[in-house]
Amino acid sequence: MAWDWEKLREKQEQYKKNTQGSGFGEGGGGGITPPDFDKLKARFNKFKITGVLFVVLILLALFFGSSTFYTVAVDEVGVVQRFGKYIRMSGPGLNFKLPAGIEKVTFVKVKRVYKEELGFKAIRTGSDSAPISKENLNESLMLTGDLNVAIVPWIVQYRIKDAYKFLFKVKNVNKLLRDMAEATMRSVVGDRGINEVISKREEIAVEARLLLQKELDEAEAGINVVTIEMKKTNVPDSVQPSFNEVNQAIQEKEKLIYKAKEDYNKAIPAAEGEASRVVEVSKGYALDKVNRAKGDAKRFVSVYNEYKKAKDVTRRRIYLETIKEVFPKIGHKYIIDPNQKGVLPLLNLKENDILKIKK
Amino acid sequence: MKKIQGILLFLLGAAIFIGYASFYTIDETEQVVVTQFGKVMGEPIITPGIKFKVPFIQQVNYFPKNLLEWDGDPGQIPTLDKTYLWVDTFARWKIVDPVKFFQTVGTVYSALGRLDDIIDPAVRNYVTSYHLIESVRKSNRNMDIFEGIVNEKEKEKILEKYNINKGRTAIATLIKEQAKPKVDAFGIELVDIKIKRINYVDTVREAVYSRMIAERKQVAEKFRAEGHGEAKRILGKKERDLKRIRSEAYKKAQEIKGKADAEVTKLLAKAFGRDPSFYSFMKTLEVYKETLDKDSTMVISTDAEFLKYLNKRGE
Repeated sequence: MAWDWEKLREKQEQYKKNTQGSGFGEGGGGGITPPDFDKLKARFNKFKITGVLFVVLILLALFFGSSTFYTVAVDEVGVVQRFGKYIRMSGPGLNFKLPAGIEKVTFVKVKRVYKEELGFKAIRTGSDSAPISKENLNESLMLTGDLNVAIVPWIVQYRIKDAYKFLFKVKNVNKLLRDMAEATMRSVVGDRGINEVISKREEIAVEARLLLQKELDEAEAGINVVTIEMKKTNVPDSVQPSFNEVNQAIQEKEKLIYKAKEDYNKAIPAAEGEASRVVEVSKGYALDKVNRAKGDAKRFVSVYNEYKKAKDVTRRRIYLETIKEVFPKIGHKYIIDPNQKGVLPLLNLKENDILKIKK
Repeated sequence: MKKIQGILLFLLGAAIFIGYASFYTIDETEQVVVTQFGKVMGEPIITPGIKFKVPFIQQVNYFPKNLLEWDGDPGQIPTLDKTYLWVDTFARWKIVDPVKFFQTVGTVYSALGRLDDIIDPAVRNYVTSYHLIESVRKSNRNMDIFEGIVNEKEKEKILEKYNINKGRTAIATLIKEQAKPKVDAFGIELVDIKIKRINYVDTVREAVYSRMIAERKQVAEKFRAEGHGEAKRILGKKERDLKRIRSEAYKKAQEIKGKADAEVTKLLAKAFGRDPSFYSFMKTLEVYKETLDKDSTMVISTDAEFLKYLNKRGE
């Protein structure tokens, strides 16, 4: 840029003349004498060509040189764009590209599993303590299909399955993912009764995952939903006691039924035992009676057979034997002559005690 | 010599400068409308890469080509059954005609404003003209309502209340259909509209909670009643079974005894029938043996058979 220096020189000269002419500027005399421009210029020109240019060239070479290679980590891919246009995908390891300004590389972690928490936020207070989860009611409060309100927190785990789509097809993929996750989860919960929402979390997670994946594919977000994990689904705090009451009532019901069954099971076998006892006793009775009858009959028949042979004597003998046996046992005996009258009043008799033997 | 060097340097600088001004790059996510003094030149450029334009005179206007988002302003909307809801929607859209877009709205920011003006009323229209349940459910899936209700008929009746004609997805589609032609004019394509959140507004929520509590209490009561009922039924069955078992045993015992008694009667009748008077004689004597004891008092006449010899000796 030699011309600049020459022009400047001229101007300076001009200026010098002008100021001298007007008597201005030199005021006080002496002052600063401008440096010897010729000398300076010569030195500077020399230095410029050899020094600055050299440094600039080296810097440029370093800059472009260093931007021609890059390393891709094992869990990511490098997406290369040339002048903004997508050119290629590079895998893990050392890779080369055209220098900065021409090609640009963006790294996308395609192997990493990312996590989105919805409806709650896990806050870690320290590395060794369990996270405290904080509810986010705006996200987690949902209407169920039977128009009740449920609190549904959940986690979406996802992976970038298509780095190209992930980078270029959707603006703010993360926001899309969260919004879609909410919309799909609500549509799944909205089709279920409160009981199902609370007790069939697995089923909900499966359906929500399918729906969310479908929506993300339609939007070409390049995301693969790995899993949806349901946290503890619940009902709002103020409703909670009444739900517990239902559980209690179920317990109570089961307890009542159990007790009744226990009662039944205690009583029935005992009664059955008693029943078979009664039957057995009756069988015993029958045997006893029949055997006795048989004995009696046999005895009678035997006696009778003998009696038949000498009726009168036998009859008399048996009669007397009986009297012999019975008579001594009787407490009070009054032997009265049939001609004697009016004895009865003398005796202190109760009617029942009297036994009369007929003649 | 120095002059030539200077000129060369100048030319190089100028070339770089002009080059910069005439080349531009388009990213994968972008599309471009080239204008010349504000006038649109030719077709929009939608392919990425390095491009050329007339320097200084032409200007490049970048627009996003990827899927964009619109997040609705959540607001209170009454449904057809006059329940106040808090509805939050979002939509996804694309600039499909960058020239139109450039001419009508210019920037994404102002486009979002237009979308607000179009989608929000559409959402309001549709949510208001349907019952609450239509915006909540998406199908008439057979829900599991209350564990307390076992009666199929009863369940059906309750489920009917929650049945839908259109449903959430269809309503979202209707909203989209209404908004879509209106955004065409801006070179925008509405990809879809989704209902993100539907909730009761606070005041309604309290009422709903009370209803839920009442419902639950009813269910709990039902369980308890069922428990008592079932227990009573089992106890009743117990009583019945006891009666049955006991009476059956009694019946059987009586039968057995009866049979035995009959047998006895038959046996004895057969035996004693040989000589009834002898039997009566024998039996009577036996009864004497058993019944007469020391508490008995006997007044006996000397006429009696065995005392007859007391008065008169022989005959």
